[in-house]
Amino acid sequence: MTQLDATWADPRGLYGWFMHLDHKSIGRRYLLTAFAFFLIGGVLAALMRLQLSRADNTFLGPDLYNQIFSTHGTTMMFLFAVPVMQGLGIYFVPLMVGARGIAFPRLVAFSYWMFLFGGIFLYVSFLLNAGPDVGWFSYPPLAGALYTPSKRADVWAQLITFTEVASLAVAVSLITTAMKLRAPGMTLNRMPIFVWAQVVTSFMVLFAMPAVMLASTCLILDRLVGTHFFDVEHGGDALLWQHLFWFFGHPEVYIIFIPGSGLVSTIVATFSRRRMFGYLAVVLSLVSTAFMGFGLWVHHMFATGLPQLGESFFTAASIMIAIPTGTQIFCWIATMWGGRITVKSPMLWILGFFFIFIAGGLTGVMLAAVPLNTQVHDTFFVVAHFHYVLIGGAVFPLFAAFYYWYPKITGRLLSEQVGRWVFGLFFIGFNLTFFPMHLLGLHGMPRRVYTYPAAMGWGTLNLLASAGAVLMACAVLTFVVDAVRALVAGTAAADNPWDAGTLEWATNSPPPNANFPSPPTVAGREPVWENPPDQPVVVGLRTDARDVLVTHVLDAEPDHRLLFPEPSIWPLLTAIATTVLFIWSIFTPWGVVYGALPVFVTMVGWFWPKSADEGGTQRWPFAHRTLPRPNEAPATGGAI
Amino acid sequence: MSEVRTLDVSGLPPGAFGSRTLTFWGTLGIVLIESTVFALAVAAYFFLASRAPAWPPDGVAAPDLRWGTVNTLVLLASLIPNELARRAAERVDLARVRAWMVVCLVFAVAFNVIRVLEFTHLNVLWDRDAYGSIVWVLLGLHTTHIVTDFLDSSVLALLMFTGPIEEHRFVDVEENAVYWYFVVFAWLPIYGVIYWAPRLL
Amino acid sequence: MWWVSVAVFLVVLAALIVALFLGMRRRSDDRAVSEATLSRSVATSVGVTVVILIGLLVASISTGRAVGALPESSGVSVSIIGHQWWWEVEYEDAVPTRRVVTANELHIPTNRPVVLKVTSRDVIHSFWVPNLQGKRDLIPGYTTAIWLQAERPGHFRGQCAEFCGIQHAHMALDVVAESDGDFYRWLDDMRQPARDPPDAVTRTGRDVFMRGRCAGCHTIRGTEAAGQTAPNLTHLAARSTLGAGTLTNTPEHLAEWIRDPQASKPGNQMPPNPLPADSLAALVAYLGSLQ
Repeated sequence: MTQLDATWADPRGLYGWFMHLDHKSIGRRYLLTAFAFFLIGGVLAALMRLQLSRADNTFLGPDLYNQIFSTHGTTMMFLFAVPVMQGLGIYFVPLMVGARGIAFPRLVAFSYWMFLFGGIFLYVSFLLNAGPDVGWFSYPPLAGALYTPSKRADVWAQLITFTEVASLAVAVSLITTAMKLRAPGMTLNRMPIFVWAQVVTSFMVLFAMPAVMLASTCLILDRLVGTHFFDVEHGGDALLWQHLFWFFGHPEVYIIFIPGSGLVSTIVATFSRRRMFGYLAVVLSLVSTAFMGFGLWVHHMFATGLPQLGESFFTAASIMIAIPTGTQIFCWIATMWGGRITVKSPMLWILGFFFIFIAGGLTGVMLAAVPLNTQVHDTFFVVAHFHYVLIGGAVFPLFAAFYYWYPKITGRLLSEQVGRWVFGLFFIGFNLTFFPMHLLGLHGMPRRVYTYPAAMGWGTLNLLASAGAVLMACAVLTFVVDAVRALVAGTAAADNPWDAGTLEWATNSPPPNANFPSPPTVAGREPVWENPPDQPVVVGLRTDARDVLVTHVLDAEPDHRLLFPEPSIWPLLTAIATTVLFIWSIFTPWGVVYGALPVFVTMVGWFWPKSADEGGTQRWPFAHRTLPRPNEAPATGGAI
Repeated sequence: MSEVRTLDVSGLPPGAFGSRTLTFWGTLGIVLIESTVFALAVAAYFFLASRAPAWPPDGVAAPDLRWGTVNTLVLLASLIPNELARRAAERVDLARVRAWMVVCLVFAVAFNVIRVLEFTHLNVLWDRDAYGSIVWVLLGLHTTHIVTDFLDSSVLALLMFTGPIEEHRFVDVEENAVYWYFVVFAWLPIYGVIYWAPRLL
Repeated sequence: MWWVSVAVFLVVLAALIVALFLGMRRRSDDRAVSEATLSRSVATSVGVTVVILIGLLVASISTGRAVGALPESSGVSVSIIGHQWWWEVEYEDAVPTRRVVTANELHIPTNRPVVLKVTSRDVIHSFWVPNLQGKRDLIPGYTTAIWLQAERPGHFRGQCAEFCGIQHAHMALDVVAESDGDFYRWLDDMRQPARDPPDAVTRTGRDVFMRGRCAGCHTIRGTEAAGQTAPNLTHLAARSTLGAGTLTNTPEHLAEWIRDPQASKPGNQMPPNPLPADSLAALVAYLGSLQ
């Protein structure tokens, strides 16, 4: 092991595992944990499908069913979809921009623990019969103290706090990494599209998640200390919740979809063996989707009886957002048309994505029309729509990414043959489950019903949908088995088995501790394809400490160096203290006060310097400054 | 085999001040998040006001102007030692950093104490109705910021006295000052909403 | 909209498949497709998309205007108030004594628009009769108006369409559309107070009702029962279902419902009533007489 490897190594052993800061380690944890929640959420869905497979079924009673559908939605949205995309960002953004690590590594580690503890809190509550039971969007007054006197809605609201804190922290880190840690030569217009997607998503997170945090905090306050935000009797308003929630809720689905579209751009380019067509158009589409995504939220409220002029605006915005999305689709097709395509497992999933996501997008355009919306809102038509766009737009690209990046993360290849079976089973099972739901909605079946009368004639379609779930379960199980098999006994993967162009493929599979023996510089958008043979590498960073190169935002010119923190137990301790505060505070407001003290202590422990030169700069007293002022040019950077 | 060309960065400084730092971007992230929270809380205030027959509701007086206005002036005044501490940090002048941070903390104690008086002079409790709830939450959100800013500035100031101090710590002082600016400027619209909106609506 | 969507779907997928096919066949020495060609294709596709979307936008807004506009008054104005888990239906009238209050059933005359003013007493519900109109949420603190019009007589089923708690799945509504003559006859019948019990058994039944806890929640107009929290039972026997569509309205089902409403609709607000068999039979007979 070289000194560089040793410097960047995370500590070994059980205690050491809690101190890990390597973004690859945290990224793997995020991916595994999020996938575990996907499996659990899938089991809940299977239970729902079992109950609904027959009219007047008695497999699940109403109380348990209501907890199950609420926990399924909450799990998929908050514990799977967002964390898994952020996990991919944590692992791959630093690699794709040529950095040694992720910005604010302790914050990222802290965010993982918050995510994990939040999920555990939710499921322990569920097993104690205190799982949320008022849907993943928890509308008051039903979610208020009067109609939900148990702790269930508080569990939901506090889960939000856990996961939003985690997501916000990761968003700040990803933006900072992509803006300030890029390899020299990686100007903004050479930044990989996946990184753009993660940056755009992270900005959306910053602006959207505060809305749901504010709403859920107000809900807890209503329930715990007697405020009246949503209490009609005392001047509160039920629609206030809906506005706040959907101001978050609509961008949330783009927070899930945009990283997925970044994955599609990445994989289409690789398997078409050419750079993405229309880079500028695609980047502008991502940005405009993000902006427009904040202007759509009222389309979730068309059934509430708002003024028509207002509704028309939101219809227009909801329809127009199809333009940037459509632009991306056309650019992908153009890339394929102009490329030399090989269809390996990742590409299969991308083709599946096209089919399913486009169908979902079109039902979305239908839903944007108010007269249609008021018929199919809150029916299984909507359930079909959002599963088509979310599974199509996020889960299919995600499986593509699993097949694509599994060799990079683990150093092993998944089986191509098994991969085709997994894809086929999942694709057929998905359509079998969710296509009939469009029809069920059009035939009048509302959402969130634990049973339905036989006389409605919904039995056959429901049975079909439940059958499809079996196929999907088989597909996922097969995938898990193959993933484990490959890990243990799979073929070793080369550095770049797909012959792709971005920087993560310019290093070993899996990457060494410091990501690159010498940090790269770049001369094009697909550095592995386009760098000339004598493209310089960065030298001069310390190998005895975690020295990182910080560059300028726009043109990635080298600016200064920075020492990253050593592995630390404080992120975990702070997460534990914060967890105690969050859980305590749903039982008594004093929990905030008493719980704040340990949080304060752990944060001081986190921040307080462990040695006099851990920042790599000179100890006080010193005669001359070495750090430049804000507008000073850096001391001589190296010349190429 | 041609020799690999290199870009030698060993001459670069081991840190920097201002917007070139990672810390600045982290602070910017927090500023964006918290600004959004405040903006949404203000929007909620006006939404609830639009639904109410009277605002403040009948029988409730608007919050007393005195302590809110005094505190606004104290907060604005605190920007002076804050700016001086920031400049001292940028000049890497430890003696002045220590002095001005202590002055900042005196202001912080003052505006936290006066904030208590603001709460007791709101003329409404949080559980009376939606008006009381939103006013308390708006004030409470900002109070969370002045309390945490006070705590983290105290810890940082303590560190600048006890050590271990290295040159990099001065960047932390400078960035902390940036956050302090945000906390003060974010107060201004909230002050306007809590104290003046009920009088002008 | 449906056909446009199908057409778009097929065209885009076709383009995808063609692109895939061409891309798979291309070898490195083949002439590449020029960037200019790709640009033109993408730009054209985006342009066509914009045109189609604008067309859809115009269509949906104009349809929305037509559907949403409240009609001229036709004289029938009904308030619908949502409760956990039943519908309170009140026919308005300028003269208070002519107002009709019933539950879980709505009669309307055919070929005339009926205005519904909707709100909720507890949580958010949603009034939805798929065959007649789009849904409208019933939100406490808000009263909004929608309209229905039936083109032909018949029964139309409505169901709550916003999750409202444990028995959201069993909150249905029967909408009966009938000719003007039939409708106004029905409304007149509904205006009458409850029929007096015709015989001894039904009189016993009425006593069971009034002495027990039934009258604490239910109203039977013309008697001392004036409870406000549960459905109005003045003309219960004329209704087609019990428990907001949970059971059909037969004597057996009524007995079952009274004895233990939790068996068929667990979690609803009505407690079990373990009555001796003859009291229960009398009560069922009395309620069965409330035409």
